[in-house]
Amino acid sequence: MLFARNNTQGTPGERPERDFHFVLEGLQPNASGAMDGTLSGRLDVRNTGELWRRLHRVAGKSGPILLRLNVSKLEYVDASGLALFTELEEVLRSKGGKLELVGMRLELRRALDQFLVQSRAVAVPRSHGNILERIGRGTQRFFHDVRDLVGFVGLFASGFGQALRRPTSIRWRDFWLNCETVGANAVLIIMLIGFLMGLIISFQSAMPLRMFGAEIYVARLLGLSMVRELGPLVTAIILAGRSGASFAAELGTMKINEELNALNTMGLDPVRLLVVPRMLAAMCMTPLLTMVFILFSLVGGAVVMLSLGYPLVSYINQVTLSVGVGDLVNGLFKSLVFSVLVGGIGCVRGLQTGQGAWAVGAATTSAVVSGIVLIAVMDGIFAVLYYVFHY
Amino acid sequence: MTACGLDLARTGSPLIQVQGLTAGYGERIVLRDVDLEVFAGEIVIFLGGSGCGKSTLLKQMIGLEQPLAGKVLITGQDIHAARGTQRRRILNGFGVSYQTGALFGSLSVLENVLLPLEECTDLPETLRLRVARMKLAQVGLAGFESHAPAELSGGMVKRAAIARAMALDPCMLFLDEPSAGLDPVTSAELDALILDLARGLGMTFVIVTHELASVFAIADRVIMLSKAKQGIVAQGDPRDLRDHATDPLVKDFFHHHVSGMLNTSAEATSA
Ligand SMILES: Nc1ncnc2c1ncn2[C@@H]1O[C@H](COP(=O)(O)OP(=O)(O)OP(=O)(O)O)[C@@H](O)[C@H]1O
Ligand SMILES: [Mg+2]
Repeated sequence: MLFARNNTQGTPGERPERDFHFVLEGLQPNASGAMDGTLSGRLDVRNTGELWRRLHRVAGKSGPILLRLNVSKLEYVDASGLALFTELEEVLRSKGGKLELVGMRLELRRALDQFLVQSRAVAVPRSHGNILERIGRGTQRFFHDVRDLVGFVGLFASGFGQALRRPTSIRWRDFWLNCETVGANAVLIIMLIGFLMGLIISFQSAMPLRMFGAEIYVARLLGLSMVRELGPLVTAIILAGRSGASFAAELGTMKINEELNALNTMGLDPVRLLVVPRMLAAMCMTPLLTMVFILFSLVGGAVVMLSLGYPLVSYINQVTLSVGVGDLVNGLFKSLVFSVLVGGIGCVRGLQTGQGAWAVGAATTSAVVSGIVLIAVMDGIFAVLYYVFHY
Repeated sequence: MTACGLDLARTGSPLIQVQGLTAGYGERIVLRDVDLEVFAGEIVIFLGGSGCGKSTLLKQMIGLEQPLAGKVLITGQDIHAARGTQRRRILNGFGVSYQTGALFGSLSVLENVLLPLEECTDLPETLRLRVARMKLAQVGLAGFESHAPAELSGGMVKRAAIARAMALDPCMLFLDEPSAGLDPVTSAELDALILDLARGLGMTFVIVTHELASVFAIADRVIMLSKAKQGIVAQGDPRDLRDHATDPLVKDFFHHHVSGMLNTSAEATSA
């Protein structure tokens, strides 16, 4: 433990800084080859580092050294000081030398003995294994992950089935709250990104088309690509960053606070209580957001066309001519599927969260990354399907 | 990290002074016009019903939350007004363990204790390791160095938090319910450690606890808070309070009257 000679006066903070210091004197080799020194004053976490560096300059030399320190005037030693004596002794002994503490008071000796017992290294190295082991572990983790995912899909499906059979069991209040955070609060960013993308795409495509005098086809190009492809895709990616992440963080925090355990032991189903309202909100809001996105991208296109000197009427004509209701249904269906993927993966990652704040961060990151990957893969599948069925 | 010789206990000026402190959250006032002093080497225990503001008072004393009125002086310096290095020096002078432990989940137990040593001292690594291991051994956690906090039991988290609070050998320790979740034996060991530190080295303790056993074992002074009064109802030696208190709340608290429980809940609903 610590050890104090009770001669410190006044409250701390009133005393000048230098009074809180140790004094090391001597430390010259004497006739018999030993080093003698006197240590007095106060040794605590703030100045032990300095003493260590000074002593180490002596003790670090090669060859056996006998270091004799007179500590009878030492007033205060804390754990760091005790650590210093123990470490110094070990360093010297490993080279055949020795540390002798002269004039040790009883308390100090007792404290040192106790410290030696308490601070003994219990080496428990954390092995990370060799490369094969790590590959094996990684593969195992991957398959666990896949298995978990499949399990969650089943859980979600059964939870949804029950909820749809008994709509009164759905927590509608949570549903509306989530509609607000997923949908209403996202409108502004969706509007902004939609407008900018419409503006940029039509401007960039207007330049080459102008060489053929075909600028008016910008309207068709923009309309089709936004409604069928970019609208659902970009909206879903924004959703993954906003809501997928927040689902994962929310559920993950609940998990580490044992709130999910509490639900389970009350016999309540976390899927019904937490996942269903979130998923439903995502599924209702994403197609709406996609429509907002498409609308504002077309507004962006209109701004470009107007500035190129085309009347608004012909722009609108071109858009309505090229984009049919079928295309819109197509796009909105895609966006519905994306919302299931993004919302689902957000909730899964949240429920899978390990322990600690770090795990919540990992779950959130993973929700966004796997959400975006899933969206991209699904979009490819849609492209193939639509092509095969000539839609 | 400041000196605490035994002889200056109770003779010098108080180590902590709380003057006219009013504290609350938003519109709600929890503590009103509280005055108290803590002297060096003293073990002071806050008692009171759940939700009466013990943790709030503790958070005010360590400068975590701004008071609505009044001030807290630690070794004569206003902790809420201090800035920069002065504030850092005051903060390094005491250790705190929180009601929930508040260990850093991404660090191992040993790394949790090492963190203040790494950030606030210039000790070489070998010495830091020794000090951290010793602190863990003191609270009975030798052998759990490489565990993550999530792998510990509730009581072990508490003890690890105390080890971390002691890492810099501070002169004052603030402990919020250190023995909640500990078995009687471990709890008694913790009491022994606290007594040892206080009597042997003049360390000062401000402790929130509900364990009457440890109150009688270690407290120099008990400060009883009440939700109804929004402040201190009584203070003094625990045995004195138990035997001679006139205040019904204090009596109930020490004698486990059922009416005490009802009173607290009545207070809660009326508040
Ligand atoms: N962050 C906060 N925001 C708002 N109110 C709070 C906050 N923390 C505490 N309170 C309120 O302040 C009051 C006192 O809380 P405090 O945590 O100090 O109680 P306590 O005495 O420590 O109780 P316990 O013994 O249960 O820990 C309570 O009524 C609580 O509702
Ligand atoms: Mg509390």
